[in-house]
Amino acid sequence: MKEPKQLSVSAIQNGTVIDHIPANNLFKVIQILRLDHIDSQITFGTNLESKKLGRKAIIKISDKYFEDDDINRIALVAPDAKLNIIRDYEVVEKKVVVVPDFIVGIAKCVNPKCITNFEHVTTRFKVVSKKNVSLKCYYCEKITNQENMQIF
Amino acid sequence: MILNNAEKPNRATIMKNRSLVSIDDLTTDEVLRILDLAGEFEINPVQKLLDGKVIATLFFEPSTRTRLSFESAISRLGGKIVGFSDANCSSVSKGETLHDTIRMVNSYCDLIVMRHPVEGSARFASEIATVPVINAGDGANQHPTQTLLDMYSIRKTQGTLDNLNIFMVGDLKYGRTVHSLVMAMSRWNTTFNFISPEELSMPDEFKLYLENLNLKYYEHSDFTEIISKADIIYMTRVQKERFSDPIEYEKVKNVYVLKNSMLRNTKPNMRILHPLPRVNEIHTDVDSNPKAYYFEQALNGVYTRQAILCSVLGVK
Repeated sequence: MKEPKQLSVSAIQNGTVIDHIPANNLFKVIQILRLDHIDSQITFGTNLESKKLGRKAIIKISDKYFEDDDINRIALVAPDAKLNIIRDYEVVEKKVVVVPDFIVGIAKCVNPKCITNFEHVTTRFKVVSKKNVSLKCYYCEKITNQENMQIF
Repeated sequence: MILNNAEKPNRATIMKNRSLVSIDDLTTDEVLRILDLAGEFEINPVQKLLDGKVIATLFFEPSTRTRLSFESAISRLGGKIVGFSDANCSSVSKGETLHDTIRMVNSYCDLIVMRHPVEGSARFASEIATVPVINAGDGANQHPTQTLLDMYSIRKTQGTLDNLNIFMVGDLKYGRTVHSLVMAMSRWNTTFNFISPEELSMPDEFKLYLENLNLKYYEHSDFTEIISKADIIYMTRVQKERFSDPIEYEKVKNVYVLKNSMLRNTKPNMRILHPLPRVNEIHTDVDSNPKAYYFEQALNGVYTRQAILCSVLGVK
């Protein structure tokens, strides 16, 4: 018997769906977008099967739309994420995450001797590689790459 | 953008009130302008161009050459020095943050010269200060005034910066002077020869940087065979504490020692540079060889720093 097709995470009427998040970075995405600080109804699923990512996560946020600059902040942890903008249960727009040229805050510099790890300094990075995201610290000039990236 | 002559900034204003934190902060023209100006100071070192100016020299960690040559440069220019040469003599020992120290010192002086063990500290200070900041070394990161004096020494001894074959010997992994010099000299079609033990080889990021510029570099573990090709030999110290295995250090410790007998077949124009302090990597029998240039190089530091001080203050 054929299995019935059903949604792992229930549909929303209006809002934003963020799909194709690597499962292990779901909570980092929640943290970066500060979803734990908003009042909207949020549902998420994780460890869902994905041909591309192996295991993926998905977040559905009701009645919330993001500015591009805000959403691009998740590029560090979910560069392949796709956004569906939902109005009245219909996808009215699709967006992809674009890795920005500069990253302010969000990530920690990997260099333990960097000033940003000693004093209250907002981290600033130039994105030197967008494919496997790697960041050059504006202060100590050392490279932080995806493997050793820590999100605040 | 093309500027007509009336709009072109003159030499005295082009760097005015701009901090010097990293060698990459300078355009090629600005580098050459500083080297030209250093040449003028070599001919006429005592010029009271900083009369009435107060320069803060903040050395949060010990330094001999850099601090003394900066203070000598300031004195020859008629400037006054305030500062400290040891963080224990400052409020840092009471727990003051760098942020607060810079905010405070900023109001006492026209320029800050700073050495600090934490990487990126000079860039941070330059954001807080309203006066220019000159980085006199921030941990293992940048030491741009050393790079400029190295370049001054190279141009002075070779007559050019173009198409030179530069040998870098010793600790190429941790040495900030060699990293900055590679970045700076890559603007002049330089061929690099990197000679080091495997554990201390030039990091990949710098090799990749050269590859992207289509510049030639070669790596060796010994340099006796190829030394005859060098225009500049830039020696650095191989430190025992850099090795995870002390046996490895014992194996290589004598490979990277330059002796006078090795200089027999070297080019007449070849000169030996070293950022100093030297321990045993250049045998003292090299000192009397006319190709040994490291003490003159240290003297060039004064002229170069005079040029840098005047450039950032816009007084020449």
